[in-house]
Amino acid sequence: MRKISDLFKQELQAINIGLVSFKESLEDVEVKVIQVDWRPSAATDDETRDALQKLLGTK
Amino acid sequence: MAVKGILKEGEYYDSVTLMLVARDVLAMEGVEDAAVVMGTEQNKSILETSGILLDMFKDAIDSDLLIAVKAKDEATCNAAIEKAKELLTSRRSKAQETGEYMPKSLEGAVDFLPDANMVIISLAGKYAGDEAMKALKKGLHVMLFSDNIPVEKEIELKKYGKEHGLLVMGPDCGTAIINGAPLCFANVVNRGDIGIVAASGTGLQEVSAVISNEGAGVSQAIGTGGRDVKKDVGGIMFIEGIKALEEDPETKYIALVSKPPHPEVLEKVAALIKIEIKKPVVAILLGGDPKVVEGAGAIPANTLEEAGLIAASFSKGKSMDEFKKLLEEREKELLNLAEKESKNKTAAQKFVRGLYTGGTLCDEAMLISRTIIGEVYGNAPLNPQFKLEDSWRSKENTFVDLGEDEFTVGRPHPMIDFALRNKKILEEAEDKEVAVILLDVVLGYGSNMNPGDELNPVIKQAKETAEKGGRNITFVCTITGTDKDPQGRGKVKQQLEDAGAIVVASNAAASKLASYIVKNLGGAK
Repeated sequence: MRKISDLFKQELQAINIGLVSFKESLEDVEVKVIQVDWRPSAATDDETRDALQKLLGTK
Repeated sequence: MAVKGILKEGEYYDSVTLMLVARDVLAMEGVEDAAVVMGTEQNKSILETSGILLDMFKDAIDSDLLIAVKAKDEATCNAAIEKAKELLTSRRSKAQETGEYMPKSLEGAVDFLPDANMVIISLAGKYAGDEAMKALKKGLHVMLFSDNIPVEKEIELKKYGKEHGLLVMGPDCGTAIINGAPLCFANVVNRGDIGIVAASGTGLQEVSAVISNEGAGVSQAIGTGGRDVKKDVGGIMFIEGIKALEEDPETKYIALVSKPPHPEVLEKVAALIKIEIKKPVVAILLGGDPKVVEGAGAIPANTLEEAGLIAASFSKGKSMDEFKKLLEEREKELLNLAEKESKNKTAAQKFVRGLYTGGTLCDEAMLISRTIIGEVYGNAPLNPQFKLEDSWRSKENTFVDLGEDEFTVGRPHPMIDFALRNKKILEEAEDKEVAVILLDVVLGYGSNMNPGDELNPVIKQAKETAEKGGRNITFVCTITGTDKDPQGRGKVKQQLEDAGAIVVASNAAASKLASYIVKNLGGAK
C-alpha cells in the first residue's frame, strides 16, 4: 500500500490549478510543474451542476 | 463624478492577477474607485456596496470579466478601462509568448506530466473541493491553498487521503516545503533533518526560517490548514503528517506548530507521540496547554523562535543548557535595547501599535505582550473584551492583523500589497501617544518582492512626521525569512535599518522588545 512518506523519496513534480505565481515560483527552484488553463465550467450554478453530474453519472 | 464599465464574456483570470491590475488602475490620477473582478455573486455584492455595480453587470456569471471605474469624468474612466485591458492583455500574452502548453483540465495535465505527484489548487472555494477529490482519485497528493471549502468536504478529502496514503494539505494551507521545494507562500530554507507539521501558515514560516538562520535545515514541512486540529476534522492530517515524518529516514527531529488544538485532538496527538514516535519532538501550541504534550515526552516551546532554536540545537548536537544560555543572552540584549529606546520619548508616548500581516505572528505577539504589558486591543484580540470598536482606529496598546477580512475584501493580502499598512504606519506616527510601531515582514515566494524598497521611505516619513512634533518613534521589525529567499533577508534588514528601524532575530524578540519599552514608559495595564 502507498504511504505518504513514499512521496519524500520521489522527485516532486507538480500540477498547478489557479494562481499562476505559484507555478512561477516552483519553476524558479527548478521543480517540474505544469499550469492548468482552468476556467469555470458553463454550469456554474449548483443546481445545474448537480443535474449535469447526475446525467453524466459522475455524482 | 462618472462611473463606467465593461463586461467581457468568458475571459478568465486568477484573482491575484486581477487585484494587481485593479491596484495599478486605482493609482491613476483622477480615479476614485476601480474593480477588475470575475462576475461571481460575492464580487457583485462588493461592487454594489461600493456603488459601482452597473446594470450590465447584474446578470453576469462567474466566467465573465467585469471592469468598473469611478473617476472624476468620463474621459478618465475610459482611459482607466483601456489601461486595465492593456495590463490584462500583457499578462495573458506573457504566457502565450513562452509558447508553453497549458492543458485545460487535470486529466490533460496528467497526460502531459505522467510522473506528477502533487496538485496545488488555488481556485475559488466552490470549485476547489471537487478538483481536489479528482486529484486524489488519480493518486496525487494535494495542497489546497483555497479556503471557503465546507468542513464536510474537508473531512471527506482527508479521510480519502488517509485511506490511500495521500497528503491533503489544507484547505486554507498557505505554505509547505516538500522535498526542498517551497510551495505557495514559503521560504527558501536549508535542507536538513528537521521535519515540521504545522496547522498554522506563518507559524510554519517563522519556525522553518529560524531553523535555517541558525544553520540547521528542514527535511519536510507539512501544512495541514488551521481547521485540521479542530474537533470536526479531528487532526486527521496533523496525525498522518507526524507518522510520515517518523517513517522518513531523512527526518531525525520533529517540530509541531499549531494554535491550540481541540483538547480531543491534542489527546490523540499526545497518545501518538507517546506510543509510536521514537524521534525527539518539540511542540509550540501558541496559547495551548503544554502539559499534555510534555506528558507524552515532547518538549514544549514557549514561542515559535524557541521551537526553531530547540530543533536546531538538537540537529547541531547542542545541549538544552547551551540553548538556554543563548536565550538568556538574547533576553539581556533586548532589555538593554529597551532601556536605551525608552530614554528619548515624551511624557505622553506610552503605547505600542503592532501592524501585522501574518495572522499567527500577530497572535504570538499578543500572547507574549500580554505577559509583559497586559492585554492589548486589536481586531482579533486574545480577550474579546479588548476588541476594537472600529478596526481602523487603534487605542492604547493595539495589535492589528491586517490579513483579517475587514481589511482584505477586494484587495491582495497585506503580505503582497503594502499600501494599506503603509497608510496605517503614517497615521499611527501622527498619534502623540505612540512610542513604538511594531512591524512584521514576511519574505519568501508569494510575498511582496521588494519589501525594503516599499517600507524604507514610509518609515523615514513616519519618523520625520513624529520628529516635527518633537517625538521619536521606535520602529521594531521582525523579518520572517532567510538569505536564500528571493528578497534576501540581509538586504531587507539593511534597508529597514537604513530607515532607522531596529530589526531583531524573531517575532518573539520583536514583541518582547516593543513590550519592554512600553513597560518602561508606564504604558502597561
